[in-house]
Amino acid sequence: MRRRFEVAGIVQGVGFRPFVYRLATRLGLGGHVFNHEAGVTIEVEGDAAAVDAFAAALRPEAPPLSRIDEVRAVDVADAGERAFRIAPSAAHARAATLISPDVAVCDDCRRELFDPADRRHRYPFINCVNCGPRYTIIADLPYDRPKTTMRAFTMCPACQAEYDDPRTRRFHAQPNACPACGPRLALEDAAGRPLPAADPVAAAVARLVAGAILAVKGLGGFHLACDAALAAVVAELRRRKHRDEKPFAVMVRDLEAVAALAAVSDAEARLLTSPERPIVLLARRAGGPSCDEVAPGNRRVGVMLPYTPLHHLLLADAGGFPGPLVMTSANPSDEPIVRDNDEARWRLRGIADAFLVHDRDILVRADDSVLHVAAGMPRQVRRSRGFVPVPVRLPRGGPPVLAVGGELKNTICLTRGRDAFLSQHIGDLENAPTAAFLEEIAAHLQRVLDLRPEVVVHDLHPDYHATRYALHRTDLTRLAVQHHHAHVLACLAEHGREAPCIGLALDGTGYGLDDTIWGGEVLVVDGTAMQRAAHFRALPLPGGEQAIREPWRMALALLHVAGAADRLEQLLPRWPHAEARTARTLRDLLARAHPFPRSSGLGRLFDAVAALLGIRDLATFEGQAAMALEQAAAWDPAVPPYPIDLVPAAPGGTPLVVDPAAMARALLDDLDAGATPARAAARFHATIVATLVTLAQRTRADTSLRLVALGGGVFQNRILLETISARLTADGFEVLAPAQVPANDGGLALGQAYFALLSLG
Amino acid sequence: MAESRSRTISLGHGSGGLLTHDLVHEVFGARLANPVLDGGGDSALLEVGGARIAFTTDSFVVSPLVFPGGDIGKLAVCGTVNDLAVAGAVPRFLSLAVVLEEGFDRDLLERIADSIAHTAAAAEVLVVTGDTKVVEKGKGDGVYLNTAGVGLLRPAAPGGAASARPGDVVLVNGPCGDHGAVIVSARSGIELSSGLQSDCAPLGGLVAALYDAGVTPRFMRDPTRGGTAGVLAELARGGACGVEVDETSLPVRDEVRGVCELLGMDPLFLANEGKVIVVVPPEQAAAALAALRGHPHGTAAAAIGAITAAHPGQVVLRTRYGGQRLIDMPVSDPLPRIC
Ligand SMILES: [Zn+2]
Ligand SMILES: [Zn+2]
Repeated sequence: MRRRFEVAGIVQGVGFRPFVYRLATRLGLGGHVFNHEAGVTIEVEGDAAAVDAFAAALRPEAPPLSRIDEVRAVDVADAGERAFRIAPSAAHARAATLISPDVAVCDDCRRELFDPADRRHRYPFINCVNCGPRYTIIADLPYDRPKTTMRAFTMCPACQAEYDDPRTRRFHAQPNACPACGPRLALEDAAGRPLPAADPVAAAVARLVAGAILAVKGLGGFHLACDAALAAVVAELRRRKHRDEKPFAVMVRDLEAVAALAAVSDAEARLLTSPERPIVLLARRAGGPSCDEVAPGNRRVGVMLPYTPLHHLLLADAGGFPGPLVMTSANPSDEPIVRDNDEARWRLRGIADAFLVHDRDILVRADDSVLHVAAGMPRQVRRSRGFVPVPVRLPRGGPPVLAVGGELKNTICLTRGRDAFLSQHIGDLENAPTAAFLEEIAAHLQRVLDLRPEVVVHDLHPDYHATRYALHRTDLTRLAVQHHHAHVLACLAEHGREAPCIGLALDGTGYGLDDTIWGGEVLVVDGTAMQRAAHFRALPLPGGEQAIREPWRMALALLHVAGAADRLEQLLPRWPHAEARTARTLRDLLARAHPFPRSSGLGRLFDAVAALLGIRDLATFEGQAAMALEQAAAWDPAVPPYPIDLVPAAPGGTPLVVDPAAMARALLDDLDAGATPARAAARFHATIVATLVTLAQRTRADTSLRLVALGGGVFQNRILLETISARLTADGFEVLAPAQVPANDGGLALGQAYFALLSLG
Repeated sequence: MAESRSRTISLGHGSGGLLTHDLVHEVFGARLANPVLDGGGDSALLEVGGARIAFTTDSFVVSPLVFPGGDIGKLAVCGTVNDLAVAGAVPRFLSLAVVLEEGFDRDLLERIADSIAHTAAAAEVLVVTGDTKVVEKGKGDGVYLNTAGVGLLRPAAPGGAASARPGDVVLVNGPCGDHGAVIVSARSGIELSSGLQSDCAPLGGLVAALYDAGVTPRFMRDPTRGGTAGVLAELARGGACGVEVDETSLPVRDEVRGVCELLGMDPLFLANEGKVIVVVPPEQAAAALAALRGHPHGTAAAAIGAITAAHPGQVVLRTRYGGQRLIDMPVSDPLPRIC
């Protein structure tokens, strides 16, 4: 008998046809397989049992990098094919095909890398159909070598033979290369002049050991690398990058080395060693081999394992760097990661002491992804290399949509049918080069996905650069969606849900429907409809954005609303970054009801409490004070909450307003009575948990909804995420939490895109 | 949702941001369209009986009425005189309209009138016509002033934003934001121990000094409401070029920085009442800077940036750490964007 299979999903550039070839040959089947615009078509012919066995094995045995979304099988007339062959691709094989993300070196390639007998021994660009660069080197589809940055390299006869032979791991491995024909490594000094070295890796390692800061070209851009154990070197890197306290990521040789640095659970170990090889946020071990400068004052550390052959060589047992390496995205301050060699020499001048470069171009920038394990599963913090451009499957499709995201941690999203393609991390759009990067990625995604958006959707904040970009797209239908509504929809989208729900959207800053800043929101979301069921009381921001950079100002605002501004003098010693005169002036301005902007952002309340407790009075990066407050908390689920008031905005009406004034007074009294900041921080967390659980229950009573979707950067706080999820679940709610897509503004574009599809449906 | 517009006027419509811009265009521009108005400058450029003149008007609403370095009277003269001067005209005649609120203090009115007279004399303009009205108590804010002005255009009047070319140099005659910082401090009741004053000054003489030195500016604009950033944005939007400004060469007084840090403002967005942004071809930059610095209202003049072929339509601030920040006009009063 003969059967045809139409397979859709990520089935090109991942070794799918060789796998089909091997499977069919093993089962003694004839037939063929070929790529086309909608995926892969297979026809197999032979006895019925073998055909059934083939069908049964197709999904479970598919190559690790493939993702089968759909298989349609139909029996067809016999054609008398005895042998199995890989047929040429159909022309125009593009439209619905999916590009694979970049993949960490596979075990087979790593073995060959360190095998002195192998012809690719110590070759930093070894790869195969199961591993290597993909998204970052592909200019266009179909995924063939001439459409990648490997077009500059002509394969030698040995490589070509592998490329043509379906029995090898390098059959149609587009980046296939070897020392004879492929890209090469070179070391350059600080001015970009070549430093001749027989073994550039060994020379680079020697410099790292001597305390140098190296720019190392990676998969999606350059890293800056240095010895993570040397405080003086790491401090120098901070000085050169103008990066005060934001943690650096660390790369170590293997899991054993990770365990020396940090506590690692099984789930975290699986994530660290996954083919995506992200940075994983782990609980740092005191006295571990990395110095405090890596993540000052932080109890967590971001760790990753080697994912390119070059990383493996740099950290090899024999001849590699012996300890942990700082590996941070190479960019001056908050600009996009540096990609080209010339760009590196120019933009990293004065930052890098030497450059370890190569001549395989990076076409598309992609930072390392960052995840953590919380409430039992991996959750994205920054979704980028290794995950992009794998689509998120939406509950519904529609015309192609471009969603332009938020202002910070920007990502954009394009939809094709039910697939939502969230871009890599783009960054902070106030930087001109980052704004240019957004346009570059928008154009690139449109090209490789072969679609032209018909609709553009943006945030309501009129001053977001992304909003302005969207408003310039007068060729498209324009839609806008409220920030927190989009956060809730992002969570529903990744869980494939369309039902009405209670949304807990908690973050620092988002433009509200009433033209004020929101961020402590209990919403009732029903598709494109959204209502505010409850929210935190809007606190004045004494000094606008300056109050976000200086949490002590938020403490002052909280004291003000709590009628405890007379505590200022007592608290000033806890705020080393607050100038007494400025603080007193702001206190007086608050007393005179100066028209400061106001925000209901829960992030601001975290800032205020972090400063009240003397934990953090200055934020040198986004969320720093809130993170410090979480880490300082001596958490115990049984810790008693502080009192807090829920007051209707209008008598008998909605929304309910959470007034933190009573909580602030109780917290100050608690401290006066001798409570430690760790205890008070825990009780504050308990207060927020209890408040949100109560609000969810009240909203359920009013609406009969029992589905809760979480969103917003505050849910990177593990205490809140885990405790709120657990309590709501125990009380009969169904709780959806962000995992595949960041809870923070990095996931906003997904919710915006989903909103557009719901609007158009 | 995006396209919905409230049918009532908000304070944001008067912020000088995009809301103001859109309101004026949609309500007045659409109905009153004519070739002169459509030119869009702060002054209308006209030809009357063979003479080329500039004509402009401005209304003045300020609280407090008297502030360090000036008052509403001085402001009313300088505002109109400066609009004429930056159009490349020699300011000559002003009108003055006064709307008084019942109960307004006569002594204060006389003080304001004195100030108008002194400033007009210093600016070498004559107030040649006027009008006074009184409204009921509670229907006005003490006093509103309106001035209109006429000046004689020089042959080489600046061409506007579209005439700027890559490589041109952007100059300013002194530190940014003094007036805005003084007003916001006075309104907030912030004590300025330093004696910071509004920069309010008539600029006819300063502009004349430029022309006398042989400088032919491609573009001049006084950065009042909307601040230096507003003018730079107009410069970038109006032409096919980008604008790059160097943070380290941008003059800002420490006291102004202090007020900005306290209240979370940016000196680039604060109003000025005695400043002019001048764009000149590179070969005239040195002469222009010398001419500005040689005049009492330009002693702290500086070259702050350049016109670029890169990033057309955008203003980029090169920060002291080498970052490149996009400067955009807020749609209304700025609200936080960061988390
Ligand atoms: Zn491999
Ligand atoms: Zn080869």
